[in-house]
Amino acid sequence: MNTRTDRRIRIGAGITAALLALGFLLGGILVLVVATDKAPDVVALLGDPYVRSILGFTLTQAGLSTLFSVILAIPLALALHRARFPGKRPILRLFLLPQALPVLVGALAVITVWGRNGVVSEGLAAIGLPRLDVYGLSGILVAHVFFNMPLAARLFVAALDRVPAEGWKLAGQLALPPFTVFRTVEWPALRGALPGAAALIFMLCVTSFTIVLVLGGGPAATTLEVAVYQALRYDFDPGRAIGLSIVQIVLTALVLVATLLLGRDPAGGFGAGGKARRFDAPNRLRDAGDGLVVILGTLFVVSPFAAILVSGLAADLWRLVSEAAVQEAAATSLLVAAAAASLSLLVSTLVLMAIEALRFGPRPGNARDGVRIGLETATSLVLVVSPVIVGAGWFLALRQVTEVLAAAPYVVVATNAVMAMPFIVRIVGPALRQANGETGKLAEGLGLTGAARFAFVDWPAMRRPLALAFAFSLALSFGDLGAIALFGSSDFVTLPYLLLQRMGSYRTADAAGLALILGLVTVMLMGLVERGFAGKEEPDL
Amino acid sequence: MPQLLRPFLRFSPLIATALAAVAALTGGAAAQAGDRPTLTVYTYDSFSAEWGPGPKLKQAFEANCDCTLDFVGLEDGVAILNRLKLEGPSTKADVALGLTSDLIPEAKATGMFTDSRVDLSELEVPTGFSDPVFVPYDYSYLAFVYDSESVENPPKSLADLVSGDPDQKIAIEDPRTSTPGLGFLLWMKAVYGDEAAARWEELRPRILTVTPGWSEAYGLFTKGEVPIVLSYTTSPAYHAIEEGTDRYKAAGFAEGQYLQIEVAGVLKETPHAELARTFLSFLVGKEAQAILPTTNWTLPVRDDIDLPEAFSDLVSVDRPLLIDPETVAKNRRAWTDEWLQAVGAR
Amino acid sequence: MTAERDVRSPSDRGDVASDARAALRLDDVRFAHGGAAFRFDLTVRSGEWLALIGPSGAGKSTLLDLAAGFLTPSAGQILMAGANVTRLAPAERPLSMLFQENNLFPQLDAFRNVALGIAPRLRVSKDERRQIEAALSAVGLEGYGRRRPAEMSGGERQRVALARAFLRRRPLILLDEPFAALGPALRRDMLGLLDALRRRDGAPPAAIVMVTHHPEDAASHADRVAYLQAGEIAAIGPAAAMLSGRTDPRVSDYLGLRSRKA
Repeated sequence: MNTRTDRRIRIGAGITAALLALGFLLGGILVLVVATDKAPDVVALLGDPYVRSILGFTLTQAGLSTLFSVILAIPLALALHRARFPGKRPILRLFLLPQALPVLVGALAVITVWGRNGVVSEGLAAIGLPRLDVYGLSGILVAHVFFNMPLAARLFVAALDRVPAEGWKLAGQLALPPFTVFRTVEWPALRGALPGAAALIFMLCVTSFTIVLVLGGGPAATTLEVAVYQALRYDFDPGRAIGLSIVQIVLTALVLVATLLLGRDPAGGFGAGGKARRFDAPNRLRDAGDGLVVILGTLFVVSPFAAILVSGLAADLWRLVSEAAVQEAAATSLLVAAAAASLSLLVSTLVLMAIEALRFGPRPGNARDGVRIGLETATSLVLVVSPVIVGAGWFLALRQVTEVLAAAPYVVVATNAVMAMPFIVRIVGPALRQANGETGKLAEGLGLTGAARFAFVDWPAMRRPLALAFAFSLALSFGDLGAIALFGSSDFVTLPYLLLQRMGSYRTADAAGLALILGLVTVMLMGLVERGFAGKEEPDL
Repeated sequence: MPQLLRPFLRFSPLIATALAAVAALTGGAAAQAGDRPTLTVYTYDSFSAEWGPGPKLKQAFEANCDCTLDFVGLEDGVAILNRLKLEGPSTKADVALGLTSDLIPEAKATGMFTDSRVDLSELEVPTGFSDPVFVPYDYSYLAFVYDSESVENPPKSLADLVSGDPDQKIAIEDPRTSTPGLGFLLWMKAVYGDEAAARWEELRPRILTVTPGWSEAYGLFTKGEVPIVLSYTTSPAYHAIEEGTDRYKAAGFAEGQYLQIEVAGVLKETPHAELARTFLSFLVGKEAQAILPTTNWTLPVRDDIDLPEAFSDLVSVDRPLLIDPETVAKNRRAWTDEWLQAVGAR
Repeated sequence: MTAERDVRSPSDRGDVASDARAALRLDDVRFAHGGAAFRFDLTVRSGEWLALIGPSGAGKSTLLDLAAGFLTPSAGQILMAGANVTRLAPAERPLSMLFQENNLFPQLDAFRNVALGIAPRLRVSKDERRQIEAALSAVGLEGYGRRRPAEMSGGERQRVALARAFLRRRPLILLDEPFAALGPALRRDMLGLLDALRRRDGAPPAAIVMVTHHPEDAASHADRVAYLQAGEIAAIGPAAAMLSGRTDPRVSDYLGLRSRKA
């Protein structure tokens, strides 16, 4: 095999993998169209004033949520990157946890802190100030910032980590003041990651459902996703649901393309975090500022977890843990999560290797770039395809060939796997790109192909980020609920599903206990997988 | 558990875990043996949950039927109907249990149900109920439940609620996505008719938030975020019996409470039609009806059931309100739009 | 350790008296990383040019990083011009360091990259502007001020870095192979330029500590040569003597001088 064949195989495999993922999503939609014989009428939908008003709100809340998440993440990432203190790594790991929480658990935890009777309101009331009233756009923003600002901060910290070591050394030696360091070193690094981070968060917020309704304060706060759910689940109008979904996909694609044009780093990326050594000139004021920002930022992110911990500890944890139903649900969740994370890792890696093969091809051309950008966009867009629709489509398709309840786990695994892809691509992509930039030419020169190239070029670069990616997608699927709801059956109950079931039947304390268990298991999983995969941590220099 | 996983994660995470998952997932689906007939009942998941009525009913029914009773728990009544629509005539379900009476016209329109042949004349359903296809097996009244520790003067009527202190917040459910939400919309309509929109506008400042489902609203309530929540008259019975507290109480309204009747029906294509009918008769029989109140937290459709003491403390409803399902089906869209206008415009 | 003492020339013993003026002194500086242990004792006199040679991994760059403050020793002291700088941040040490690559900030043009040396806030006075332009023309880059690093050759980029280093007028310059990637002629030019620059305006010349893999560079410019091996200075002495290979068999092995002997 020569390197050309090798490249072709890589590109072919990656495109196949991406098509499989997209086929899974779009196939679901297609089946729904064919089976229910309801073609979506997008034009009519766009003429509907109700649809237009929720379209406006969807974009406004997603845009503002993205703006606040990103803007607040910048000082936090800068402070976290500069400051050196014990516990930095656990904090950075904790920053991935909001994404792994079932949304309702996270939303109620946010309310415990920021609600009318929340901790902050109690504090304000104690000193004679009015209580907070977050319901409305502000509540949606607080919750979205809680879920997404830490994610953006991690993306930015990783971008800062990719600055060459000499950059920090020079900044230190030249005694550059904080603002000059920002201007010459930090901002250029952040700017590269900005479009990717913003696009990711925008997509996550566009599809927001539970947060928007619970914290929105009324039906003025309605997103397209709510309308999709309403159309499919409540009005049983698949045509309308698909039409709304198409509007959502097209709209987000436009935003994605815009970010692609804005920045050269569409996918952004985040690494293991906290590795770069900096030598900033001593500056008490800046250090104090950093300390304050880190403390406030961490408090903001951690306080809802503290709420989950406190209310969880009030539950009868021992009884819960010894319940067969809980154990079975936890085992099911673990299996689903492990399978989904593995599948997602496999598919994403294939796509990423194809992207790199296309990037470093001998004859760069527009067609190649087109395919590459197509692959990059495809791996992101999956986030805005409503799982309800995909689930319904596959439900119909699978009915023709098999027992649906038996197939449900596979659909759930596949959905979770596809939904984790955008995150994995962002975690592993930058490392792979760097490795191919550094040793790609060497591999070409030596004629390394196939397994050898993988072993010497790709694998060493991907090992650590893959560990993080695996841990993260494990956590994402472990806490995911969306995909399961449609198939729900007593034979197939996951931990988040069990949690919502208990919440839905007055068992609030049990639900709080399960939320704590879910959170703890997630943290454990993430830590364990990262350690087991990547080996013992090298001491930081 | 994680300790067990660790070795394989270290060596070959992709293959090992994927294989383990496939093995475990297929294993469960394979066996479903025996020559006894299996009666498959689609229901909502809190009905089939281990603390719900499902397991007890299964035990009681299987004791005499020489069959297997299999509950499939879905999200709610709407989800059951959607599932049936998706599956069409080849559905595995023999019985659908857990639709609210509002859904009857839509359910009948699928043409998938057949007459129950269950005698309903002995049943005690408020406002009366007769239908050849669907069997009412329990009911409940919507009510605003309040926290007696923070609400000193609970509303005594819907008018009280509507015109009450806007600083005393309430949480309600969204009629677009939830059954109690739609129920409250109908309640307002039943009491105020054409003036409903104006009353909604009056109520609007009091509404803290409109949640997608009952769980979210009730979660806000038990967290102390709102002192009053839209739930059921039976909610206090749960807290009294399971938690031993009488802190949470339901407010009885002078205009009456809106009624929610839950029904079950037999699917036309079922191969076990007789068994299905036997099950529905069993469901409204004394044994099953005695199980429902303290597991499903609803009221029985027979008057010869001994209810726990906590139930006698519940709001007694003199004026049950119900808009007939046909009218609801015809107007739901328009009424929802009217509600959106009244509550949504800012 | 003993080897080090053995090869010291008599003139080296006079260091103690001139310590106060030593541009750099490492006093039993210890450092460990990933199983490798380093221990350095070294005095670089004011205005002296010292070359560090030795196999990869011997600790040449580690020594520079310790001196510059990019690494913190586990024990020992680092002194510059008599002052203890062991605990000082890189920004507070009187030196300039040139790296093998990435000496410039990619999004700033040459002018601003040089300007950072004297105006960290990039607010440049008229007088400073003149100095910067003079520095650029001193390294032969007149008129290159608006170019960005990506628009310059490797040699030009290092010249910009040199211009900045000299504008900063620090008494000590550390070179971590900044010219390694350049061709022989260009490398020679750069070293000549470096030497000319440090003697430019009559002030005492800056001391230079230079890591190199090219013995001829050391021979043409260095006053002394230190040979590092396994984390220590194994031998140090006048350049000519050290590079002849006669002072220490390890040095001649490293230089490939003994292998020819049958």
